[in-house]
Amino acid sequence: MAGKEKGWKEIPIGGLIDRGGTAREYKTGSWRTFKPVVDKTKCINCLQCWIYCPDSSVIVKDGKMAEFDYDYCKGCGICASICPVKCIKMEKE
Amino acid sequence: MKVQEKEKMAKKNLTALTGDQAITEAMRQIEPDVVAAYPITPQTEIVMGFSQLVADGKVKTEMIPVESEHSAMSACVGSSASGARTMTATSANGLALMWEVVYIAASLRLPIVMPVVNRALSGPINIHCDHSDTMGARDSGWIQVYSENGQEAYENAIVAVRIAEHKNIMLPVMVCQDGFITSHAVEGIDLFPDDKVKQFIGEYKREHSLLDVENPVTYGPLDLQDFYFEHKRQQVEAMGNALNTIPEILDEFNKTFGRSHDLVEGYRLDDAETAIVVLSSTAGTTRVVVDELRKEGMKVGLLKPRFFRPFPKERIMKSLSNLKAVAILDRSESFSTLGGPLFNEIKSALYESDRRPLAVNYVFGLGGRDIFPADIKKVYKELEEIKKTRKIRSLISYLGVRE
Repeated sequence: MAGKEKGWKEIPIGGLIDRGGTAREYKTGSWRTFKPVVDKTKCINCLQCWIYCPDSSVIVKDGKMAEFDYDYCKGCGICASICPVKCIKMEKE
Repeated sequence: MKVQEKEKMAKKNLTALTGDQAITEAMRQIEPDVVAAYPITPQTEIVMGFSQLVADGKVKTEMIPVESEHSAMSACVGSSASGARTMTATSANGLALMWEVVYIAASLRLPIVMPVVNRALSGPINIHCDHSDTMGARDSGWIQVYSENGQEAYENAIVAVRIAEHKNIMLPVMVCQDGFITSHAVEGIDLFPDDKVKQFIGEYKREHSLLDVENPVTYGPLDLQDFYFEHKRQQVEAMGNALNTIPEILDEFNKTFGRSHDLVEGYRLDDAETAIVVLSSTAGTTRVVVDELRKEGMKVGLLKPRFFRPFPKERIMKSLSNLKAVAILDRSESFSTLGGPLFNEIKSALYESDRRPLAVNYVFGLGGRDIFPADIKKVYKELEEIKKTRKIRSLISYLGVRE
């Protein structure tokens, strides 16, 4: 595990994270078992999925649901559950 | 006492204080930014005394009277991470209750200084001295220094601040002394001038403060398979650094205050053939017995390790290398059936040595059971037998227990 990561001499002591905003570097998408897939033909762009997504992984462009950010989506399925027209399916990775 | 020694003592500014009060005085002079503590026998006098100093406006310390020791150490962790010089104090079951956070403090590399007044862990419940509390915490990642008397406890508390905060170390320190035996016994304590102590300890400036909103940092994030191991490796390195750095800090302390502290302290060891190794107040009793037996012509000595963490292996090996037989006295039991922790670690160190004495273990003083000069004499007599016969009759003995 983590063969390419920095060694113990190169990292801050005590588990300190010495700056802010580092969550961006940690791609939690690898945790996912099921991924959300949207059927754009049914989507009404109500953006309920964008509101409810706990990981800000629903990307909206020009006021419309554009895509999922699979780098950070953990596959919780809240978007699929909340979608009023059931256009989001959870598919096994 | 010789006349010159008496005169020398008279010139000192001695104050009659208990070991606990001596710690309180050290804390007054250190004047930490934050103290979060919960009273527990026999440490109570420290918290009581320091609270009074805060109430009387004698120190500017922020005192957090918490609801438990778990909260005490938790508050200390937050405070220390924010960059505040932080202290607490505890004993026995109090230390046991803060267990989880004791490890966290060391792991987050927070230089908290904690006087611990050694007391037997329950159960059955007991309030008197043994070392089961801090010996249980020997692998928690804290530095541990053991004090023979109130004077040493006072001085160790001051020097502990410098050790904990040294950039090569950054580890918390337990300053141990024997419950009741020294914590409640009144001694003439030679207190250093306030300004000299303040000058010696200097100011604590943390590189990354939890409260520095301009440069936000995260303390204590989830640390899984990918980095936890590296952080543990760093802690080992810090302990290794401490072994090299503590003598430098002690040198400076000795020069400043006219002392002669070291990682270990030998007494009449140079030409000794047998010796006892023991921590804290029992070293004082043993020293008296050494003098008595020396008058009888027995070549006996004493080794008192002052630091147990980091373990001063090289110094102990060297100190014991010329002996024929050594008895290691443990004021705690490990229940491994292999004897006490001090015995095990010294024996383990001696395995690497070409010149090693025969070594036996005596567990003594559990739950505050008194140890008398006669008990210690018995140990030296047994060592004489081992020296002559080169045979160990009993590897682990229980000194002072009723059969």
